[in-house]
Amino acid sequence: MIKDILSSKTKIIGFLLACLILGALPPFYSSYWVTLITQMLIYAIAAMSLDVLLGYTGLTSFGHAGFFGCGAYVVAVLVTRYKIGFLTCFLSGVGLATAIGAIFGLLVAHASGVGFLMITLALGMCLWGLAFRWVNMTGGDNGISGIVRPDLGLPISLKDPIAYYYFVFVFFVIAVILLSIFVRSPFGHSLKGIRESESRMKVLGYHTWLHKYLSYVVASAFAGVAGILWAYFDGFVSPYNMDLTASIEIILMVILGGPGTLIGPALGSCIIVFLKNFISAYTQRWLLIVGTIYILTILYAPQGLMNLLREWIRGSEKKAEPVTKSV
Amino acid sequence: MVVKKTMARGLGLVASVFFVMAAFSAGWAQDKGPVKIGYIAPLTGAFAENGKDMQNGAIHYLEEIGYQVAGRKIELIVEDDEANPTTGMTKLRKVVEKDGVHVVAGVFLASTGYAFHPYIEEKKIPANYQICSADDLTQRKSAKWVVRTSWTSSQTTHALGEYMYNTLGYRKIACLGMDYAFGWEAIGGLQRTFEELGGKVVQKIWTPINTVDFSPYLSNIRTDVDAVYVVYVGRPGLTFTKQYMEFGLKKKIPLLSIGPMTDENILPSMGDEALGIVNALHYSAALDTPINRKFVATFRQRFKRAPSYFAEGAYTGTKWIVESIKAVGGAAEDRDRLLGAMRKMVISDAPRGPFRLDDYGNPIQNVYVRKVERVKGELQNTVIHTIPNVSQFWKYKPDEYLKQPLYSRDYSPGKP
Amino acid sequence: MSKFLLVQTLNGISFGALLFLLASGLSLIYGVMKIVNIAHGSYFMLGAYIGLTVVLRTKSFFLAALLGALTIGVVGLLMERVFLRRFPLQASPQMMLTLGFTLAFRDLALLIWGGDPYTLPTPPFLVGSVEILGVIFPLYRLFVIGIATLVALGLWAFNEKTLVGAKLRAAVDDHEMAGGVGLNVPLISGCMFGLGAFLAAFGGVMGGPIFGVYPGLDLELLSLAFVVVIVGGRGSLKGSAVGSILVGLVDNFGKAIVPELSYFTLFAPMAIVLAIRPTGLFGRE
Repeated sequence: MIKDILSSKTKIIGFLLACLILGALPPFYSSYWVTLITQMLIYAIAAMSLDVLLGYTGLTSFGHAGFFGCGAYVVAVLVTRYKIGFLTCFLSGVGLATAIGAIFGLLVAHASGVGFLMITLALGMCLWGLAFRWVNMTGGDNGISGIVRPDLGLPISLKDPIAYYYFVFVFFVIAVILLSIFVRSPFGHSLKGIRESESRMKVLGYHTWLHKYLSYVVASAFAGVAGILWAYFDGFVSPYNMDLTASIEIILMVILGGPGTLIGPALGSCIIVFLKNFISAYTQRWLLIVGTIYILTILYAPQGLMNLLREWIRGSEKKAEPVTKSV
Repeated sequence: MVVKKTMARGLGLVASVFFVMAAFSAGWAQDKGPVKIGYIAPLTGAFAENGKDMQNGAIHYLEEIGYQVAGRKIELIVEDDEANPTTGMTKLRKVVEKDGVHVVAGVFLASTGYAFHPYIEEKKIPANYQICSADDLTQRKSAKWVVRTSWTSSQTTHALGEYMYNTLGYRKIACLGMDYAFGWEAIGGLQRTFEELGGKVVQKIWTPINTVDFSPYLSNIRTDVDAVYVVYVGRPGLTFTKQYMEFGLKKKIPLLSIGPMTDENILPSMGDEALGIVNALHYSAALDTPINRKFVATFRQRFKRAPSYFAEGAYTGTKWIVESIKAVGGAAEDRDRLLGAMRKMVISDAPRGPFRLDDYGNPIQNVYVRKVERVKGELQNTVIHTIPNVSQFWKYKPDEYLKQPLYSRDYSPGKP
Repeated sequence: MSKFLLVQTLNGISFGALLFLLASGLSLIYGVMKIVNIAHGSYFMLGAYIGLTVVLRTKSFFLAALLGALTIGVVGLLMERVFLRRFPLQASPQMMLTLGFTLAFRDLALLIWGGDPYTLPTPPFLVGSVEILGVIFPLYRLFVIGIATLVALGLWAFNEKTLVGAKLRAAVDDHEMAGGVGLNVPLISGCMFGLGAFLAAFGGVMGGPIFGVYPGLDLELLSLAFVVVIVGGRGSLKGSAVGSILVGLVDNFGKAIVPELSYFTLFAPMAIVLAIRPTGLFGRE
């Protein structure tokens, strides 16, 4: 009990410290670094949303970038064609991602393990195919460019990298808080139960289908939020934002950072975005390096970097939990 | 105890993150020495080899001039966009905001080109697209700060459509193409000139870009046509050509294609199936001019392969930039003047032949009708006909041309 | 019309034949070890690349097929023995490991063979096409159908008629029990993995003259193989065979009849099967 309070206190302190750093430092960085950190935060939201599925519920989705894309395309279409303001775009983007999540959820929620993986892969490909082929709406392969950032009536324009950074930062903090509440709720705990053993949860009388369904929908909605922020950030959306490689990249962030820790995937996102932009300036063997990092992570830190870090901070006071046993 | 230790370690961690990030941030002071060219090309991913060709072309030119222009050193900063416009955007921001380049060059995918436009306009960085060919980049969505030294997808096919009707005497053709903008624009251009003369495209088949097996489509091609025109590039071009022969079509119906399908970078991977394919492009390594012969010879010597149109595009594009910088006396910082010079530049001794830019920033250049032949055991694109000074608007008036919508999937000259 | 039916059926079956070589291994590996092998498409691609090198050096297509398949078979065996066995029956880390290998393999292939696309030369005696009832069809594709049939029969005989096969089936049904009655489950698992890799790489060489080999082939075909496994049922040999043919046919006819929907024809059979039988046509559980 005491330990619990202690650890949650540490967590909150850590979170506040991180916020402080993220909040106070960017003005001292060059604009390029500010945009990189903005990217990290946006992908962190996407990675955390996938963590709800992958880390907490134990379901590996190979089509998560599809929802990211939904949010992004809604913004792209509404802003470039109809000049619609931020609030409407945001609500429609989240709405569409949630709605598609709710429909796909009906198909995927009865599956688990490899079935889940394959179905989400196929559905993700369908979304990609739609973005690619529905040219009148999405611009097809050429994508949609020229998405201008919203005017919120603030004294500073969001065109300024720092201003937009803080804008994203607010969403990031809200996402962290909301998702933390979600996974710590009794509902979140039963998701973990499903991860460990779905059949046991069923026997205990839990409606596992509904749990999986809802966690899928929640994950979709937050991925949509990330997509919305991305569209405004990059000013450009194309099917590449939602292809299989994009989905794999998000999975990578979660696994590297530590599935089932929420903050871990955010960390994973920072590392991947950083490496991708930093390493690639020196070598073209970027994929090989990522693959190797990946393999080493699974072998030596199967719980991800966050858990390694956590153990290190606490000293070896507590051993890591056993490795998750589900897909 | 535990709390203290935890706090100490946590703080230590936070502090080190702070310092590392601050160190990275501080490390990038910019000095005003060399002229910097930010070069963005796909060096990994599906188009890695094309990207490498581009890089080689640029390097080849810069080596020839010793990386010097108007008394200043030239620094080429190459960034890999993984053939993904999103990555491309990140790299573009990097070269502009972190490296402080004077000119942006390269750019492979059409989507990357479109993605770059607003940013380049906002930052007012002179840019030179050397490869991507999407029509609207220099038509309905042209950008002030972007000049293109490559081509538009329909630029060569307008010319080829006329050649097919007038010289080859075809009247009825079938078209197959990759189901995206490049295919639509290329086939749309061909269809327009071909049908305006009186020919007829009787069948159009669009195949997904990731098609590996063309057999369902090949078996559906009408056998009563005079010729088949296809738009496949890279790997799909390779497998399509081979499957076209295997299904016995090569013997029956002549095959014509978009220029890059038989590009020099892919010809070594092709065999007899490529023989006799006729297509059109603004360059061929087999072009028989003294300048091109010299270019091909030195390029081969340096890189052990024939220059592809990607390599020539990068070579000539980089020359374009360097000549423009020379024209403003090395004042690459004076962006307005540099852009003006880039738009006005005329190059008469490019490997592809002479060319200049139209008011929209796209080359007016020769289009070569080429035929794949085997010479000394090696496949090459023999030039069989030259159509000089072809504009992206063909023989139409630019403003009237631009009133038409962009060539789309369902384009037909009959209906608007 | 009958010509259309015949030629598209042949097209579909020949495509299905190649899918079978790829998907059967994927399905078996899942059946025995519950591993979702993301790297399976990489085996296909690497097999084709190695085959390419061999065929360019030796001019022998069959040596290419043999060496390509053997090399990758060994790679698969090593991957299982050295890495995957550290996480027995832990689906998540196993799958993630194979994902890491997929990325690494992709880049290694780019490093070794460059990014140019290639096609494998068709063996000289199989060049050309034959006319069947007025329909022209490439000889090589008929050959592929024949080879895949032989492989399917061989696998079936091995599975049903030999002692090893019986052990394998026992291992598929129940790991602990199989271990309890003295079967060397780890060894069987390793060999199965190697066999799956062998088959995929063999398929890669066989598919080389048709599909070619290029960066990106790995993931493109992986999704096709996944569809086959879902339709046919996981872990079932019969399922892979029927699933491959079915997917090949539906995909072909779909593309030929409604080319507008080409991107989606492949997923249509899957959605239908999943709706009616979530475990696939021949799957259990």
